[in-house]
Amino acid sequence: MEQPEPAGGASAPEAELLARLRAGDEAAFEALVARHQGTMLAVAQSYVKGRAVAEEVVQDTWLAVLQGLDRFEGRASLRTWILSILVNKAKTRGVREARSVPFASLAGEDDEPAVAPGRFRGAGDAYPGHWRADPGNWAADEVAGDRETIRAALGAIAALPPTQQTVIRMRDVEGYSSEEVCAALDVSEANQRVLLHRARSRVRAALEEHLDG
Amino acid sequence: MSASHRPARVVTGRAAGRPPPVGELTCQELVELVTDYLEDALAPEERARFEAHLAGCPGCTRYVEQIRATIAVAGQTPELEDRPEMAQLLAAFRDWRRR
Repeated sequence: MEQPEPAGGASAPEAELLARLRAGDEAAFEALVARHQGTMLAVAQSYVKGRAVAEEVVQDTWLAVLQGLDRFEGRASLRTWILSILVNKAKTRGVREARSVPFASLAGEDDEPAVAPGRFRGAGDAYPGHWRADPGNWAADEVAGDRETIRAALGAIAALPPTQQTVIRMRDVEGYSSEEVCAALDVSEANQRVLLHRARSRVRAALEEHLDG
Repeated sequence: MSASHRPARVVTGRAAGRPPPVGELTCQELVELVTDYLEDALAPEERARFEAHLAGCPGCTRYVEQIRATIAVAGQTPELEDRPEMAQLLAAFRDWRRR
């Protein structure tokens, strides 16, 4: 599921992708955009206010990527390089809008429980804090590869606050390692885990509603 | 709850009416530790408590499976995302190629 990238130097598939991009292969560029656009929008929205401004920042980033592609040396992975351009542009734009650093503090973020408290037995019960009814048994073919389920997950991810959306997209959608996320966003391991936890909990709850609801 | 997995609860001792051992996690506590568990960020004794609970609790076993399924489904979402800005970006790519 996770595809950690090598720390230094371009991997073979990445070298091939770079060659195709430099040769003007539109399909390669389209695949690159399709793969990264969702995360890039989430990252941008973490720093700037509003979807429209975030889209501008992402658009500017792609233009800068094209401008720099011939000079890109592959010391970092391609996605790390793209993300560094994006974060730089988004930060600049965010500073202009006097927005705070989004990943440094979790204050003001929701702190809702992973599972609704009503799902657990109350204090007067013989087993307080234990499931009233066990969670459903999700058959593998019911979830993995079912378009409606994937669509429900996509909707739930898109509805998350930008910082949570950024982290779940990087980790679970695109398979970045936690080290890559922390480095790219300048977020601590602990804060990253809190964001990932909230995001996964909410998406699971949405899938539960979709599958068992 | 289906009847099929009830017997598994009996072997935990809890269903036999004995109080849970001191320091044992509740299900409500466990669900808040799932990410730390999967990220291997629990201290060894916390991890042991987590796994001890999981071993005797079909509900939490299913919950952890659901979280794993959630991660797997998240990994499949890109194929369904609409990219209305693609045409504009492809035009920029063609311009760049002609540079």
